[in-house]
Amino acid sequence: MTGAPAPTSQPGTEQTKPTKGEPGRPGEFVRRLLVPGLAVFTALVIGAIVIVLSDQVLLGLWGSDPPGAVGASIKAVADGYGALFAGALGNPDTYVKAFSSGDIDRITRAFNPVSESLLAATPLIFTGLAVALGFRSGLFNIGAEGQLYVGAILATFVGFSVHGLPLFIHLPLAVTAGFLGGALWGFIPGLLKARTGAHEVIVTIMLNYVSYQLIIWVLRQSWYQRPGRSDPVSPIVDGSAVIPAIIDGLRLNWGFPLALAAAAFVSWLLFRSTLGFEFRAVGLNPSAARYAGMSISKTLVLTMAVCGGLAGLAGTTEILGVNKALTPGFSPGYGFDGIAIALLGGSSPLGVVLSAILFGVLRAGATPMQAATGIPIDLVVVIQALVIMFVAAPALIRELYRIKSKRTTGTEIMPQGWRT
Amino acid sequence: MKLELSGITKRFPGVIANEKVDLTVEPGQIHALLGENGAGKTTLMNVLYGLYKQDEGEIRIDGAPVVFRDPGDAIKAGIGMVHQHFMLVPVFTVTENVMLGVESTQGPLKILDVGAARDRIVEISERHNLHVDPDALVEDLPVGVRQRIEIIKTLYRHSNLLILDEPSAVLTPQETEELFGIMRSLQAGGTSIIFITHKLNEVLEISDRITVLRRGRVVGSAIPAEATQESLAQMMVGRFVELEVEKGPAKPAGPVLEVAGVSVLDDRGHLAVRDLDLVVHAGEIVAVAGVQGNGQTELVEAITGLRSKVAGSIKIGGTEIRADPRRIFEAGVAHVPEDRLEEGLVPAFTIAENLCLNTYYLPPFADGVRLHRDAILATATELVQQFDVRTPSVFNEVANLSGGNQQKVIVAREFSRPIKLLVAAQPTRGLDVGSIEYIHRRIVEKRDEGAAVLIVSTELDEVLALGDRIAVMYRGRIVAILDPSEATPERLGLYMGGAAVATEDERSVLPNEPPAPADQPPAGAHPGGPTA
Repeated sequence: MTGAPAPTSQPGTEQTKPTKGEPGRPGEFVRRLLVPGLAVFTALVIGAIVIVLSDQVLLGLWGSDPPGAVGASIKAVADGYGALFAGALGNPDTYVKAFSSGDIDRITRAFNPVSESLLAATPLIFTGLAVALGFRSGLFNIGAEGQLYVGAILATFVGFSVHGLPLFIHLPLAVTAGFLGGALWGFIPGLLKARTGAHEVIVTIMLNYVSYQLIIWVLRQSWYQRPGRSDPVSPIVDGSAVIPAIIDGLRLNWGFPLALAAAAFVSWLLFRSTLGFEFRAVGLNPSAARYAGMSISKTLVLTMAVCGGLAGLAGTTEILGVNKALTPGFSPGYGFDGIAIALLGGSSPLGVVLSAILFGVLRAGATPMQAATGIPIDLVVVIQALVIMFVAAPALIRELYRIKSKRTTGTEIMPQGWRT
Repeated sequence: MKLELSGITKRFPGVIANEKVDLTVEPGQIHALLGENGAGKTTLMNVLYGLYKQDEGEIRIDGAPVVFRDPGDAIKAGIGMVHQHFMLVPVFTVTENVMLGVESTQGPLKILDVGAARDRIVEISERHNLHVDPDALVEDLPVGVRQRIEIIKTLYRHSNLLILDEPSAVLTPQETEELFGIMRSLQAGGTSIIFITHKLNEVLEISDRITVLRRGRVVGSAIPAEATQESLAQMMVGRFVELEVEKGPAKPAGPVLEVAGVSVLDDRGHLAVRDLDLVVHAGEIVAVAGVQGNGQTELVEAITGLRSKVAGSIKIGGTEIRADPRRIFEAGVAHVPEDRLEEGLVPAFTIAENLCLNTYYLPPFADGVRLHRDAILATATELVQQFDVRTPSVFNEVANLSGGNQQKVIVAREFSRPIKLLVAAQPTRGLDVGSIEYIHRRIVEKRDEGAAVLIVSTELDEVLALGDRIAVMYRGRIVAILDPSEATPERLGLYMGGAAVATEDERSVLPNEPPAPADQPPAGAHPGGPTA
């Protein structure tokens, strides 16, 4: 019973001034790319210094002939990075010659470097997603490595033990098994966290060790080890469980499109589904999520299971698409690179894909670079580490390039967990 | 100290937070700084305290221009700030807290000289009647005393200009009176005070000069003798503001919320709510008054399913409830939580997302698995307009809104669906008069639509303005239920402070039942509403 009519329109009172563009528009997108982009650039610059410093001849030249050393150093760096990117992306010259010859085989071969880069990126996309999705729900999944192995164990088993099925049944079956294996390995820490509060970082690290032993154990079992072999190796998977190549003559297989589809799925899950709404709410503010009636436990368990499944697919595509048989230690740390990729990609699916491709390029280009210039492969590891360091310390990059930080309140709230 | 701010301008990308602000604080003056949230008070004080660098303008102390690069510079220049949220280490003693950062030491090994610090604290405390035991552990002390420790901290650092940021927000009326006594004592000693507040009556009571900010600019200045609450409110908001809640008499119907014999533990496992009984009827507002920390938070959490009770029964609409927030929400309960950023909102979510934070899984927002973004967007756009949330876009993050607008987002979400019971804890904490007026009006509307309303507030003005019945909570119990006509701030204050705790015998005769049956208006209810 309000007596006086409520003032509905209030001329003169402030309407917050229309500020800049709407968030999520192009300007915002560029801003989000700025720090990772500069981090990569800075890492390459420092990588160049490492190239110079690690070359004995060049170092000697700096002592005897500094002006000459400048030129020689620039050449060494240019040669090194030239070889790296030519090895990863292909040589323009080769492309031109291949296309002008009109020979299909030559054209295909010209694309081999790109194929190798994307092939190297494939498992990284999966593990990157496995970590990024966890970050979104406030979980730090360090267990992608273990989840990848358990996924691979199951996928390989289905791959070699089932016979006589057509590809369109056998392969999906094996891939599903790989997903489920990883999901199981993610489900365990999720359940332990939800039920007992056991921290997922500790549990996933420990489960990584368990998975290393598990793979060695299964590879010693008569039902898993390749007949006639004494070393730990599985039988080769049936042809009907092998992920086919996209183009004959190149190693790149349909695992890569599957990884892109997984990224699209994660994107849909996070931003278009009710489940993702819960994931993100729990990740950003668990108290508010609880207030809103969401079940924190359910979200934790589900997130970890889906993360595990994604990591399991990394192992699956690696075995069914590339190695064709399981061996211990087939992953050079894809699961841990996933953490780096999720950080670099800002935990967004698109960011993860781009970061994984960058890492794939570095990885695929490393060997040709060493072959062509003698710069050790380890340079790539240094560059990767530097990229991560700069991404993890955005303040450093902002300071270095004098970028104004987004918010200037004195009481900035610390982000919970390891979110970028 | 004479402080002059002249032509201070501070811009943030897209926003001018302060524009050519002039402010002069004379030595020994209590200068009130009034303004709505987002008017630029905090920015101005942060500039003064060295947290921000102004884009234009000058700060002068005793006529000489100064530049503060960080708060350390400001402290050295004699400026002290008491923040709204205290910066104390609970497990330290008062002395240890006060000397933290400016430890006095002796000898080459820099051994802490606690004795010397203690003596100075005693001296400061006695000079201004602060009544602080230097050896007490801070965690054992009530809020009012903690605030006095903060004041001692600034005096210990030789401040002669004190900035008090909403100091009375956490105090009982009696504690506020004590604070004013301290402020007068400081003033008599020559200390200048900048007093930031929303409470117009306090401004008129204590200050020598009042400066009003609106949209980053000084829109007026007054001395208390020439100002009224109405004139100040109008200056702050830029339009006429209804300070009293207009509400007709309550028409209570059947009971909606029935709390019987409920006990609840707090996070540390102590009994926070003890054997509490309370009934709220449809169409009435029950306001629970009490000093922060007397079990109100736990009571609200038990009713809304966020905390399990250890004994007793809670019925909503006649049905016993389990501690399940979603079930309770679906039973028609709306909850405006005490801490809006911690519980009520996901600050990094957009306004649109926050507006469907608890309905996101229901049609039309979703069909089970898929979110319908068009529906979410359309509803958000409508609610933002209907509830007057000031924002350029529903895609804005809630974190970027002012406190008042954040609260409006919660109110829009909770009030826009049919509800049986509204539970609102501190619904207007930290809000400006314009927003308070707005939210109070909405709450009364909900009551008149037939909802049962339970308000928990530490603000006496609010309790008196809204309550059709006023319950006072002290140490986990309801120690009194008063009719607004018999509730004066003094009387409530006594109950709140525990001074007038009824004995067990008396308590049993205190009215704990609704004042009248459903079909006739209660005798005590009166049309005008109590004065705030």
